Formats: sequence, structure tokens, C-alpha cells
Amino acid sequence: MNLNATLFAQLVVFFILAWFTMKFVWPPIVKALDERAKKIADGLAAAERGKHDLELATKRSADALREGKEKSAELLAQAEKRAAQIIDEAKGQAKIEAERIVAAGKADAEQEAVRAKEQLRESVAALAVAGAEKILRREIDAKAHAELLSAIKQDL
Amino acid sequence: MSTEAAAAHGPTAGEYIVHHLTHLNSTGHAQTSVIDFSVINLDTLTFSIAMGVLGLFVMWRVAASVTSGVPGRLQAAVEIVLEMVSNQAKGIIHHEESRKFVAPLALTVFIWIFLMNSMDFLPVDLLPMLWQTASGDHHAYLRVVPTADLNGTLGMSMGVLLVCLYYNVKIKGLGGWVHELFTAPFGSHPVLYPVNFAMQMIEFLAKTVSHGMRLFGNMYAGELVFMLIALMGGAMVAGSGMTGPLLWAGHVVAGTIWAIFHILIVALQAFIFMMLTLVYIGQAHESH
Repeated sequence: MNLNATLFAQLVVFFILAWFTMKFVWPPIVKALDERAKKIADGLAAAERGKHDLELATKRSADALREGKEKSAELLAQAEKRAAQIIDEAKGQAKIEAERIVAAGKADAEQEAVRAKEQLRESVAALAVAGAEKILRREIDAKAHAELLSAIKQDL
Repeated sequence: MSTEAAAAHGPTAGEYIVHHLTHLNSTGHAQTSVIDFSVINLDTLTFSIAMGVLGLFVMWRVAASVTSGVPGRLQAAVEIVLEMVSNQAKGIIHHEESRKFVAPLALTVFIWIFLMNSMDFLPVDLLPMLWQTASGDHHAYLRVVPTADLNGTLGMSMGVLLVCLYYNVKIKGLGGWVHELFTAPFGSHPVLYPVNFAMQMIEFLAKTVSHGMRLFGNMYAGELVFMLIALMGGAMVAGSGMTGPLLWAGHVVAGTIWAIFHILIVALQAFIFMMLTLVYIGQAHESH
């Protein structure tokens, strides 16, 4: 427990060691610590940004999906409408065509009927003439009475 | 233990303790006067420098290969201590420029004192015996705990005092500091000047002496208890019947308990010395 010159030697050593630490130990480690703190802060910020981006992207994709669904539903509805329209049109055309065919048939039939009537009339006239001829064979000169006969034929 | 036995087997308990408490100094024999600045304790100096170099070398290696990426275990350990010291310094000293020196100083103090205190964990007789064998002198003195030497601890506390004086002048200016010396703590009045100055001197003296004495006292007492425990084991040679083995067991049990408790003392005293260093230097930054 005696005091001696060790005191001053220790004092000098104390300052040399402190100087060494200040010069060569402290700054690099503190720098690394600060750098790491910054890295971690940046990393956390990036993660936060990524999370935000993900949220946005999820929202966007959900929006796109919903839009697509809406659009396809719309297209489907349009297509159905169009199909119905086409069917209606076809139905209308078919009806018109049928009517036309029916009308043509009717016209044909009428024409046929007219022709048949004409033939019938001619036949009746011929029969009448023939009958009259038979009855009046002697009295009627076909040539002399041709005018009369033709008038009768017209009346029939 | 009879005197004959002591003569035959070795030193008495008192001689053993005294021998262990005597420094290996430049004169080669025990220092006689209480204060003699022509003497230097070689053992204290050697071990304190060795511990300082060891601690700083490890930290320097870490600092040389330091990475801001994933740290290794050693780097992480150094970072933990450094971060702790840095936070304490930030809390106590609010002067950015001063911290560039004071924080590394506090780290040095902590690591250095921790290592010097840790010399206590070596068996009390190991290094002295090795030294006695190596030097060929079987009565050679050697004390291995530099902080159990008042010169070592007072040297460091005086270093802290010098740093305090430096910052007093640097922060307050020479005039400001002298003004403070005469006007604080009681106030600015010519009658109070001497009282103030006396108080300031007492404060500086008390701070420095208590700073060094606290560490010295703790480590000296710790070392002494280790010696007493070693004596208990050593006394088994003289014991008869069951006394011998019991004393040996006592040595083991007491030595274990005291060494475990001493881990706390070692770390705590290093921490206290570092904190007081910061507090005293912090006070030098405050104006009254």
C-alpha cells in the first residue's frame, strides 16, 4: 500500500490506451454500427413499401378480375340478345316467305281454277252445241248458224 | 502449527500474506517508506500494460475486420460493450465533440479494468510460483492484480482528474473556470471566495481519491480473501486426522463461492469506475 512512481507510469499508460481506442478501435466499430442501423432502417422501409405495393397490386388485380367478370357478363348478355334478335329476324323472314309461297300457291290455284272453268265452259258449250246439233240436225246449218253458236258459247 | 513445523514446511500464515502483498519493484526489496517516487512496481506495470494491450488488441482486431452486415460472435460481443458505453456516454455527456474522446476513454477504462480485475481469477499462487521458478529466487515477490495496487487505481483516477481539468478549461474557458472555482457552490461574494475555493479543492481531491480508493479497496479485499482461502487449503498439511481433508474441502468450496461472487465484483467495479469517469467528466461540462 505504498505510493511510488508506478502512479505516473499508470497515468501515462491510461492515456496511451485511451488514445489508441479513440484512434483505432472506436471509429470503425461505431461506423459499422451506424451503417448497420441505416441498413436495417432502409430494409424496414423497403419492406413497408413492398407491403404497400403488394396491397396495391392485390387491389388492382381484384379490380381487374371484377371488371373482366362484368365485361364477360355484358358480352354474354349482348350475345344472347343478338341471338334472340337473329332468331326473331329469321322467324319474320320465314313468315314472309311462307306467306309469299301461300300467296303464289293461291294465285296458281286461282289461275288453274279459271283455266278449268274456261275448259269446262268450252266443254259445256261443245256439249250444248253437240246436243243442239243432235236435236236440230236438220234444221241447223252449222255454217249458217256459226255466229249464233259462237254467241251461245260466249254466254255459257 | 508449531514454529518448528512452520520452519520446516514454509512460511507462517502472516509471512505468507505479507509476502503476497509485497510488490515486485525496481529496488528488489519491499518498499520501506509510504511514499517513494524513486521506486516503481514492475509487476503492476507489467500486468496492467499486458491487460491493456490484450484488451485493445482484441478490440483492434475486431475493428479492423468490422462489418456492417451480419456480425460474428466476437464482433457482436465487442459491439454490445461498445453500445452500452456509448449509450451511457450519450446520457451523461451532452457535448458531441467531447464524446469523441470521452466515450472511447470510458470503453478503454471498462475493458482495461475488467481485465485487470480478472487477474484475480487466476490461482493466487500460480503466477508468483511460476515467477519464483523462472527467476530462480524462491522469495521473489509478485502481485498479479494491478487494480489491487493503490498506484494503479490512483494513477487512473488522476488521469480522469486531468481529463476533468482539461474539459473545465476547454468548455468554460480559463476565466470562466477560475470564476467558478471562487463563486460556486455558495455564491458570488468576496467573503465567500475562500470558502468556495476550499470546497472546490476538497471536491476535486475527494472525487479523485475516492474514485481510485473504491476500486483498490474492492480488489485488495478480494485478493486478500483469496489468499486466506488458499491458506486454509495450505493448512491441511498441518492438520491431523479429519482436519486435513476438511480444510482441503473448505478451500474448494470457499474458493468456488468466492470466485463466483468475485465475477460480480470484477464486472461491477469496472462498470462503477467507468460510470464515475463519465459522471466526473460530465460535471466538468456543467456550469454552475
